Amino acid sequence: MTIALEPAAPAAQGDRVSLLRVLGPAHVWALGVGIVLVGEFTGWNFSADKGGALAALIVCWVVGLLYTSVAMIDSEVTSTVAAAGGQYAQAKHIVGPLMAFNVALFLVFAYTMLEVSDAILLGDTIVAKAGVEGLTHNSFIAATIVVLAWLNYRGVLMTLNVNFVITAVAYISIVILFFSVSPWTQGAVLKLNELVTPGNALPYGWIGVIAAFQFGIWYYLGIEGTTQAAEEVRSPARSLPYGTMAGMITLLIAAAMTWYVCASMMPWEYLGITYYPLWDAGKLTGSPLLENLLFVATLLAAMASANGCINDAARAWFSLGRDRYLPTWFSAVHPRYRTPYRSILFLLPIALAFAFIADLNQAITFSILSGVLQYTFMSINIIMFRKKWPLGSIRRGYTHPFHPIPAIVLFCLCVVTFFAIFLGFGSQLIAMVAFYFLISLWFHFYRYKFVRRGDQFTMPWPKPQGY
Amino acid sequence: MSRYTPPEQSKAGQVFDIAVVVVAIFVALWLPLKLGLAGAAKSIDALDAKTWEALGQNPTMASIWEKLGYTPETAHDIIQNRFHYVIDWPTLIIMAAVLIGYFIFLFRASDREYRDVINEKFDDK
Repeated sequence: MTIALEPAAPAAQGDRVSLLRVLGPAHVWALGVGIVLVGEFTGWNFSADKGGALAALIVCWVVGLLYTSVAMIDSEVTSTVAAAGGQYAQAKHIVGPLMAFNVALFLVFAYTMLEVSDAILLGDTIVAKAGVEGLTHNSFIAATIVVLAWLNYRGVLMTLNVNFVITAVAYISIVILFFSVSPWTQGAVLKLNELVTPGNALPYGWIGVIAAFQFGIWYYLGIEGTTQAAEEVRSPARSLPYGTMAGMITLLIAAAMTWYVCASMMPWEYLGITYYPLWDAGKLTGSPLLENLLFVATLLAAMASANGCINDAARAWFSLGRDRYLPTWFSAVHPRYRTPYRSILFLLPIALAFAFIADLNQAITFSILSGVLQYTFMSINIIMFRKKWPLGSIRRGYTHPFHPIPAIVLFCLCVVTFFAIFLGFGSQLIAMVAFYFLISLWFHFYRYKFVRRGDQFTMPWPKPQGY
Repeated sequence: MSRYTPPEQSKAGQVFDIAVVVVAIFVALWLPLKLGLAGAAKSIDALDAKTWEALGQNPTMASIWEKLGYTPETAHDIIQNRFHYVIDWPTLIIMAAVLIGYFIFLFRASDREYRDVINEKFDDK
């Protein structure tokens, strides 16, 4: 039985198996927010380490602007190019195969390393809570990755239903914490004025604010993952923009609440290095109920994120196999569960290996690097999309306003973020880009010969202008 | 334009390509860790006097550190572990050149491939 799939395959190819269209806007929201919400439980706070507590707030809002641009651009392109692989499918139709190959690798690396970060966080959180000498996080990491891979193997609907529930519980815990510390009153529980003072608000000055962009990305990294579900939502033109924009609004609110509570309860030096800022905030309230709630929520957020990441990375990898950019073996869909099971299984040991050899902020940096490369592509991609198919030339599910301002804002903020990564993690950035460059040469001069040219363009659009 | 027919790849060839990709992924992610290139460029500015005042902590901050289980001695390496933001211009220029070169190559090579795709797709009709 041939199980390499083609979404728009004619009925005559009856022996092909396709992904199931079973998802709605709530699942899209759960996929996006589920991947990202862990960023409030750990990761964003490393921006305080790089620039101080005020820098973490500034980048929370400025990077929020970056991601609002990402969500607007993504909603337009994906509601028009509704295919598994998300930005990969966009690049294939708008820029070309080599770019698509790279974008898929950005996605796979960003999500796999995010999954690794989630598993490390989950393992470390359990070990910290247990407080048993000699207990290591390895077994918890392995169990998390394997169980979630199994869940993804068994079906997308169950996977995202689970994500919806655990993401909602984790989100509600942030809201409960926020209202439990009397946010309208300073001095009782929250002591922002005494912890963020004119003398320590920006300990490194404005260069620290720029440096903080690196981990500011972590507040929202992964919201663009909603597009990976494009081939499995019942109505892409409606569900994807709704789910993505609702997710972005949700995250902006959560990020602001998280910063306010944490910066008002911990000195910036501690906030910048802790792996569990919200759990620590729960502990510092002195309430066992809040402490335990935030402990459980940290675990749930890590699980939801890892779950969504496995889902997204596997679909990007699967798409590469389907288009013969990688061996077609990866393009198999499970005949019963209708999931890209070989891609899920292939990425499993890679995630496990890196979970054991990298530490948390290294894994996060790997993920952020791939994410920012992808956003840089997106800012140029939307300009090319509008140029090749101007408004009115094809049917768009959603048209984002103020073009090209979001694209320009996104591009400028990506440049700033590259500079931020250079401040502290420059060697890592050069090593990663060197890898992408070499693997691109491999694709362009060798692997591309196996690709069927005309089959790369599957959308029912007219010829692009200028070709 | 005649339709391009790609060669069929043998099973051994597929296995070899999978191996290449796996090795490339591990080299890209593991090598920076192994060579010590990954991770933050931070160092500890050690202080002789390890008191909350010397560490720049007011009474509120000190009380929170203590609530978290720290003393001035144990908090010293956390508080004094700082980034030192010095812009190394040659490295910055190399990084910018690598990034710009990478994106230029990507867009130009992609465009050549894209023209093949468009020609085959639309000239067949």
